[in-house]
Amino acid sequence: MLKIWSMKKEQQKAENAEGAAGGGKKKKVTAAQLRVQKDLSELSLGSTMKTEFPDPDDILNFVLYIEPDEGMYRGGRFSFTFNITPNFPHEPPKVQCREKIYHPNIDLEGKVCLNILREDWKPVLNLNAVIVGLQFLFLEPNASDPLNKEAAEDLRLNREGFKRNVRTAMNGGSVKGQSFEKVLK
Amino acid sequence: MASADVHPASEPARCVFLFRRHLDRIRTRAGPFTDPDSFSGEAVAGAMETMKILVIGAGGLGCELLKNLALSGFKDIHVIDMDTIDISNLNRQFLFRQSDVGSFKAEVAAKFVEKRVKGVKITPHNCRIQDFDEDFYMQFQLVVCGLDSIEARRWINATLVNMVNEDVEDSYKPLIDGGTEGFKGQARVILPTVTSCIECQLDMHAPRAAVPLCTLASIPRQPEHCIEWAHVIAWDQEKPFPSLDKDDPEHITWLYQKALLRAHEFNIPGVTYSLTQGVVKNIIPAIAATNSVIAAACCNEVFKIASNCAPFLGYPDNNYMMYSGNDSIYTYTFKHEKKDDCPVCGNLARKLDVDPTWTLRELVESFAVRPEAQLKKPSIRAQFKTLYMQSPASLEEQTRPNLDKTLTELGLTDGEEIGVTDPAFATVSFKFKLKFKQSD
Ligand SMILES: [Zn+2]
Repeated sequence: MLKIWSMKKEQQKAENAEGAAGGGKKKKVTAAQLRVQKDLSELSLGSTMKTEFPDPDDILNFVLYIEPDEGMYRGGRFSFTFNITPNFPHEPPKVQCREKIYHPNIDLEGKVCLNILREDWKPVLNLNAVIVGLQFLFLEPNASDPLNKEAAEDLRLNREGFKRNVRTAMNGGSVKGQSFEKVLK
Repeated sequence: MASADVHPASEPARCVFLFRRHLDRIRTRAGPFTDPDSFSGEAVAGAMETMKILVIGAGGLGCELLKNLALSGFKDIHVIDMDTIDISNLNRQFLFRQSDVGSFKAEVAAKFVEKRVKGVKITPHNCRIQDFDEDFYMQFQLVVCGLDSIEARRWINATLVNMVNEDVEDSYKPLIDGGTEGFKGQARVILPTVTSCIECQLDMHAPRAAVPLCTLASIPRQPEHCIEWAHVIAWDQEKPFPSLDKDDPEHITWLYQKALLRAHEFNIPGVTYSLTQGVVKNIIPAIAATNSVIAAACCNEVFKIASNCAPFLGYPDNNYMMYSGNDSIYTYTFKHEKKDDCPVCGNLARKLDVDPTWTLRELVESFAVRPEAQLKKPSIRAQFKTLYMQSPASLEEQTRPNLDKTLTELGLTDGEEIGVTDPAFATVSFKFKLKFKQSD
C-alpha cells in the first residue's frame, strides 16, 4: 500500500530546502513544561493527598503529601519531593521521601523503589500514575522489592511484628537501632 | 459458459460468494491507476487478507463499516466500543436485535459479522480507546473511525500523530474518519504528519455551546446556563440519585426543577422540560441513510489505500469529502490544508489576538467559545509564569488571584507564548502566541 512513505520523504526534502522557518526568540513554552502542565491539570488526588508548590511559577518542583486512611501506615503524613527534568516525559520524575521512615521500599535517605520511577517508566505514563503508585506503596508495602532490606525481611518473616515496628517508627521511636521521624498527625 | 460455478446454498452466503468474485476482479487485475511494472494481483489480495484494521465505534457508522470491510475482503479486523446496546439503536444499527439490548456493541457486532461473512476474524474490545497505549495501536496498518464524539477523534488523532517515527515506515497509520449529523456527513483521510489532521480541521465542526464553569456558577445569562448548572454543579452537590441516567424522566425532572429555580433567581425566562432534555442529552438526530453513504465512502478509501487500485483521499490533493442530503444530494471534495501551527501535527504556536488590558479571567473565558479550542476547564501557563491552573487544588488556590489581574500586570508581553491544557483533551495541549491589540 503505502505511498505515504514516499510522500513524506518528498515533503522533508522540500522543508530542508526552505531552511529553518524563522521562529522568534520570544519566550516559548517547552514540550516538557506543557506536558507537566497537562499532567497536573488531569491529576486526581482524592482526599488523602495534597500538593504544595513552593514557587507556583515553577511547576517542575513540588511536594506531594500522602495521608493514608487505611493500611499499616494509616494516620501518618508523608511528603515527597517531585523534581521533573526538562527531559520529561522521556525521563521519569525524580521522587524522594522527605521523612525518615520505616518502609521496605523506601530507604532511610528517602529513595523510593517503584518500578515506574525507573525501569518501567514509559513516556505514555503520567504524574497521576506515579502518584497512584506511591499511594499503593503505603497500602501494600512489598517485601520482594526491598530498598530497606531489614524492613523487608521484617515484613516477610513476621508481619505482626513489622506492623508494630511501623507504628513505633511512625511515632518517632527507634526500630533496630535506628531512630525515625514522627509522622503521626 | 463457465456455468460450473458452485454457489453456496443459502442466500446470504451466496451473496457473499458473488461479491468476493467481483472483488477479485478489481483487486487482482491491473487497472488504469496501477503501476504496470510492479503490479501483482496476488500480492495485493494477499496483503489485504493479512492486513490488520482497527474500527473505532460500533454504532450507526461502525455497523456499516464492519459489514463493508468484511465484505471487501479484509480478514483481520478489531473493533473498539465501550457502549452497550440501547433499544433506540435498533432502527439503524442493523447488526443488533432486540435480544441484544444491554450487551456490548463491539461484541455483538463482531459476532454477527463473523457469522455472516465466513473467514473474517473480528476481535471486539469493550472499552474506551484511551484504555490502550501506543503499543496496541502500533499493530494495525489502518484505523477507521465511526465516532460521534469529537473528543475521541482528537484523542486518536493525537495518538497516531505522536506515534510517527520518521525512520520507521510502519509507524505511519492512515486514519480514515467518517462522521454524520442528521442529513450531513463527511469522510476524510488523514495521513499523520503528512496531510492535515483532525486537529487542523477542528474548525469544520460547529462549536458546541461550551460555557465556562465559572459562568455557570456565578453569572448565568441564558436558560441553557441554568440547565447546565443543574446538570454539572447542583447534581454533584446534592446527588439526588446515585448516578445520572439521562433517559430516566425522574432524573430529567429533577434537573428541570433545579434549573427552573435558578432561572427564577436570576430572572431568566425559557427553561422548559424539553429544553432540559435537549441540553442534557445533547441530542443530534441520526439518519440511517447518511450513515450508510458515509461508511461506504470511508470503506472505499480503505480499499483504495490497501489495494492501491486508485488514487485515494489525501493523495495527491483532496483529503476531505463532505456530503449533504438536506436538499437533494450534494457532495464536495476538496483539500483541507495542513496547519503549520496545529497543536498536534505542527510545531508552531497559533496566533491569539488579545487585548493586554483584558483580565486573565476574560482570557480564560475566551477559550470556551473559540471554535478551535472549546475548552471548558483551561489551565494556562507561560514558560516562566503559572497563570491559572484548575488543578491540583493548592495550585488553583495560589493562582486564583491572577484571574483578576490584567495580562500586562501579569507581565505578559506581545509575542510571548502560552500553553493551554484541558483535562477533557488528554493528549492535546495548545500553544498560543499572544498578539497584543495596539491601543491608541
Ligand atoms: Zn494537525
